[in-house]
Amino acid sequence: MTARSTPSSASSEARPRPGDPTITPALVAEHGLTMDEYGRLERMLERTPTFTELGIISALWSEHCSYKHSRPVLKTLPTQAPWVLQGPGENAGVISIGDGLAIAFKIESHNHPSAVEPYQGAATGVGGILRDVFTMGARPIAMLNSLRFGSLETPRVRYLVAGVVKGIGDYGNCVGIPTVAGDVMFDAAYEGNPLVNAMCVGLLREEELIRAKAEGVGNSIIAVGARTGRDGIHGASFASEDLSEENEAKRPRVQVGDPFTEKLLLEASLELIRSGPIVAIQDMGAAGLTSSSAEMAERGDVGVTIDTTKVPVRETGMTPYEILLSESQERMLVVAKRGHEAEVQAILAKWDLVAEVIGEVIAEPVYRVTEGDRVVAEFPGTRLVTDCPQYHPEARESEEAIARRTRDVSAITPRAEEADPAWTLERLLQSPTIASKHWIHRQYDSTVRTGTVSGPGAGDAAVIRIRGTNKAIAVKTDCNGRYVYLDPRVGGRIAVAEAARNVACSGATPRAITNCLNFGNPKKPEVFFQFREAVYGMGDACRALETPVTGGNVSLYNENPQGAVYPTPTIGMVGVLDDAAHATRMTFTTPGDTIVFLGENTDELGGSEYLSWIHGVVAGAPPHCDLDRERALIGTILEAIRAGQVRSAHDCSEGGLAVAIAESCMGDRANPTGASIDLTAWRNLSPRALLFGEAQGRIVVSTAQPAAVLAIAKRHGVPAQVIGTVTTAPQGLTLTTAQGTTSITIDRLSSAYHEALPRAMARAAAETVNETAGGTR
Amino acid sequence: MKVGVVTFPGSNCDEDALLAIREHLHLEAVPLWHKDHDLQGVDVVILPGGFSYGDYLRAGAIARFAPIMQEIAAHARRGGPVIGICNGFQIACEAGLLPGGLLRNDHLQFRSMAVTLRVESTATVFTRETSKGALLTMPIAHGDGRYSADEATLDRLEGEGQVVFRYVDAAGHPTVAANPNGSLRNIAGVANATGAVVGIMPHPERALDPLLGSTDGLVLFRSLLALTKA
Repeated sequence: MTARSTPSSASSEARPRPGDPTITPALVAEHGLTMDEYGRLERMLERTPTFTELGIISALWSEHCSYKHSRPVLKTLPTQAPWVLQGPGENAGVISIGDGLAIAFKIESHNHPSAVEPYQGAATGVGGILRDVFTMGARPIAMLNSLRFGSLETPRVRYLVAGVVKGIGDYGNCVGIPTVAGDVMFDAAYEGNPLVNAMCVGLLREEELIRAKAEGVGNSIIAVGARTGRDGIHGASFASEDLSEENEAKRPRVQVGDPFTEKLLLEASLELIRSGPIVAIQDMGAAGLTSSSAEMAERGDVGVTIDTTKVPVRETGMTPYEILLSESQERMLVVAKRGHEAEVQAILAKWDLVAEVIGEVIAEPVYRVTEGDRVVAEFPGTRLVTDCPQYHPEARESEEAIARRTRDVSAITPRAEEADPAWTLERLLQSPTIASKHWIHRQYDSTVRTGTVSGPGAGDAAVIRIRGTNKAIAVKTDCNGRYVYLDPRVGGRIAVAEAARNVACSGATPRAITNCLNFGNPKKPEVFFQFREAVYGMGDACRALETPVTGGNVSLYNENPQGAVYPTPTIGMVGVLDDAAHATRMTFTTPGDTIVFLGENTDELGGSEYLSWIHGVVAGAPPHCDLDRERALIGTILEAIRAGQVRSAHDCSEGGLAVAIAESCMGDRANPTGASIDLTAWRNLSPRALLFGEAQGRIVVSTAQPAAVLAIAKRHGVPAQVIGTVTTAPQGLTLTTAQGTTSITIDRLSSAYHEALPRAMARAAAETVNETAGGTR
Repeated sequence: MKVGVVTFPGSNCDEDALLAIREHLHLEAVPLWHKDHDLQGVDVVILPGGFSYGDYLRAGAIARFAPIMQEIAAHARRGGPVIGICNGFQIACEAGLLPGGLLRNDHLQFRSMAVTLRVESTATVFTRETSKGALLTMPIAHGDGRYSADEATLDRLEGEGQVVFRYVDAAGHPTVAANPNGSLRNIAGVANATGAVVGIMPHPERALDPLLGSTDGLVLFRSLLALTKA
């Protein structure tokens, strides 16, 4: 083990600490490092590492912090646009929205903790992403979340859903940030590995933008906020390995959230940033003090020294190793201007929080940790994070994915009941993936901060007004992992295109994305293939739609002995409305309006919710995604909305055209309408492909001026035609295809759509006792 | 007229309330800090929504001990108007400014949705510009909104006109289905004996702008303006 180590007098004075375990291959393996990686560490130090150093590197070189498998692929993503003020590499991305205002936003996963402890796992995910945004100097104005669960038929899944939703709600509600949008899907592929991705959006003045870059030799490093405890030690490493039966034993690695302290920290941090005594601020998130200090030092290309005995702790006898790797929540690391430390402490004291000077920015290019006078860790250089190993794993498409994609799904025989498409439609509306998520949304405060123009479920994206201006932003998360599984490149494109379409249907110009890349174990060639191709697909779409990537998060190892999740590159899209009055919802408003269909219907059933939910089949090629057409479609809908000619706009996604029309009729349960629809123009398509296929690039619009909408579409080269009329709810929904006419009452559609989730979750309430400690509000 | 909005640690609707008063009533509104003893000469106090001190114990149970609450109690004793919204209602009950208390929603979940309220009394500073039986739509967002008091107290409140708002359905009936949290007798808001102190669980400050879907909260704040005329 020590064969390569050399006498250390030339390098550093870090020495093993009494009581620390001896470095053995077993200990190295326990820290998730390969022997090659360990060798790299020894060469870097020119000696055997101390236990503390091993712990630090274990965290920094985890996938979560180092992106060691993903970085080369991520570098292919477009990150530039004139409106991008801050791209990837900071706590959050930032775009300008004009008038000197900017939006900071970021999405991050908390999948592993939520799989083990859904309430705290989800709550702390919200807390972490909030801190990433307000450390940019932005006041959070909206939260979103993208959730994936297994089948709701499983009691464990219902327990996870209930816990995750309560955790998200309790945290965001308490801090007072409206949770306004997101997406939730259910598929057996997520059975053992739920995905919990939280996104936060904040508003700042451009001049208030602050970065997490340690600068100024002699400046003080200050730990701010909650005290450090033993919770969450090695959370970053935990998030960088597969889940196994031993997960329950890893519950102590899940942190506990305190939204009240977060709220105080939020106010104190914004006050700190605006009053000027600090030069940098960063969340102590994954890998806690270790990664926050190392990342800030690296960005500033400076050295740092930290004394762990100065860190405010909540338990006695904590070792430097524990203090450095704790993921106790609601903590920040601040670099204060020398001589201004007391100002920092005064602001924190106002909010009843502690701030202690724990270190200093130094000229010497070294990352040094002491315990009092004793040096317990010392690394040369300032590039501790990026000087990590980099891997270019083998990529090979799985035989199973190829076989599924190339299967002829048109050969699947329809069930007898499908003779009446109303049966299929009603059934699809009950699919938890399609059904109303009101059961979830009503547990989130979506109206606090009095900015929510269009809240959860009202439009294709949520719309938040920007006070003091006429502007608003639209935000949405999206990703159909089934498409990505069947064809990663196409699925990656669709994820971006759908998010852009949703934002555009709400009246906003799509501007930029953040992404959360949820995949399996990248060391498996099949998984790395999915990862690489999905990222390439996202890049294709981001370039075509001019929505660069401003940052995000990679979550790998989302797998268990039963296999990996569907590859799920969740997209968080932000768009801008110059006039908040253009905010558009998805539901029909006025009987007598004309329904115009934008786009083209195709014979594509592959990867559809129809095949999965009605036939239990995940197969076929996902729908084709023509990015030029998507761009033209977005141009069309935006021009029509801005001309005041659109009463409602809803894109076709899971469940296809029939589901989109049904949602436009009764998505707003209190204000339903009917519709009379004629689709005989597509007589060459099978009714199921026409009604339930998931062809991309389609929008259902209701308008009082169909001629004007058709003219705009024509100018943009987008196929468009009138397909029906909005009627009153008692007239029901009538669908006519070349094969005949079917009618269904709005009540039937509405109960199917609105009651599926409450009914399923009522079973959860009956069978599980809420065992979460934090469920007190 | 000058309005003060208290910021407790954990208040999160304080800014909304300040902006509501400034933007929609064009009155002077100032923040009041929980650690202070100074009401800054305000005529009306708003106890805003949020999770004061995290509400880890019982909603509002800690906030009642904040230094500023001594001054607010004195202000109320002098007949000064105080309005508690959501967490502010909970705090006002805990502080003894209003009868009864707010318990965990009967279904144990947080509820964020639009509700319909029926005005039951116009004899308060908050409702004098509205009319009895008027229906108002505004959002709720709370986990502890189940209004509770003993039967004798409830009867007394009903008799004295201290029940100010009730949750009702679209037709104006106080049905079980229209009750979002299990409040006794569908009570959504109450007043003290003089009508100067009012508590309401829904959020009128979120229902002032047509862009946000409802302007039904305006009439409640406009009722305050009548104070200046009085």
